[in-house]
Amino acid sequence: MPSRLAQIVEDKEDSLLSKWMTMQSQILGSLKDRVSNSEIRTTLHDFILALRQGLAGGRFRNVDGAEWSSMRDVLANLSRQRATQGFTPAETAMFVFSFKPVLFDELRESYAKDPAGLAEEILVSTELLDKLGLFTMEVYQKTREAVIVRQQQEMLELSTPVVELWTGILALPLIGTLDSARTQIVMQNLLEAVVARGADMAIIDITGVPTVDTLVAQHLLKTVAAARLMGAECIISGIRPQIAQTIIHLGVDLGSVVTKANLADAFRLALRKKCLAVAAI
Amino acid sequence: MERIPILKLGQFLLVTIQVDMHDRLALVLQEELTGRIVTDSARGVLIDISSLDIVDSFIGRMLSNIAGMARVLDAETVVVGMQPSVAITLVELGLSLPGIRTALNVDRGMELLKASIIAEDEARHGQAG
Repeated sequence: MPSRLAQIVEDKEDSLLSKWMTMQSQILGSLKDRVSNSEIRTTLHDFILALRQGLAGGRFRNVDGAEWSSMRDVLANLSRQRATQGFTPAETAMFVFSFKPVLFDELRESYAKDPAGLAEEILVSTELLDKLGLFTMEVYQKTREAVIVRQQQEMLELSTPVVELWTGILALPLIGTLDSARTQIVMQNLLEAVVARGADMAIIDITGVPTVDTLVAQHLLKTVAAARLMGAECIISGIRPQIAQTIIHLGVDLGSVVTKANLADAFRLALRKKCLAVAAI
Repeated sequence: MERIPILKLGQFLLVTIQVDMHDRLALVLQEELTGRIVTDSARGVLIDISSLDIVDSFIGRMLSNIAGMARVLDAETVVVGMQPSVAITLVELGLSLPGIRTALNVDRGMELLKASIIAEDEARHGQAG
């Protein structure tokens, strides 16, 4: 028996829309101030329009087909919008799932005298709506991931400044955990600054690095080695007592790198190495 | 045949590497450079690699070798002008060129050599006096 789903949705479009609208208002509840009523109505309308288009294709089991492309657009838009507006995953998924009771009501009316047909139709439409719901979630997840990636990049850009303390003396205040990706950027920034400012001293200040393990130490040593290859001497400063303890407990060998407890001491040493002195006047 | 020119600057020799290094060229350079250190009684060697975009382990080893040979002949070697990307690559490869002195550019390298020669001479005077 062919499914009458397409026919039913077309005939009952208005009633579906108004019932669903009421449902949406209930679900949104306290979140209503984030989206306007007319906005919801437009989205619902678009959804039903796209649903009719998809159903007309006759293939309900595969939402990847061309006839479902406008449906995918509607859901992707909605999902992206909600992800950036700060809706939770459940609230976003409920948009599609809330259509189920509305549609089932209409189906029940249309199949009042045919229980077997009703069961069949409900099964088909549940499967379809579940797939659409999952698709919505997928887009939601991707949008959130994109946001996270962007924030990571912004943090990388924000957190690795190179400052010039004196002619030829650079300071690199590191804040946050050092991982491979960050070390790469830190190294690049430092080396480029060494060339641009013609520096021969660099102070790497790790006051803002929360923990130093073997990996972080290795990254630091790499940075120091790279700077040395460019002819710049490095001093590591800002080693907190806990970190000094960790370094020794872990057996990390900082080798020949000069280390100082704070930036001021490191700066003093750098000045002395350049045969400069700060005097009171 | 391709050759890398060696320029004499006072007490120092300046080698600017601008072409791709390969085995034979490296050997020729080693031979000529050691010869020139002796004939010119040079006190220092500056190797400028600022125009090299790619430095591999072979060149790294060659630089170490030259530095070692020069040291035996009582001349300091300073490698100058390494590109940032080259420095990063070498460090990632685990070649931090220990035992080679480095400087940002030829100017700085020259200062470094002069300073170390003065220190050396003073030490000798100290011993003599």
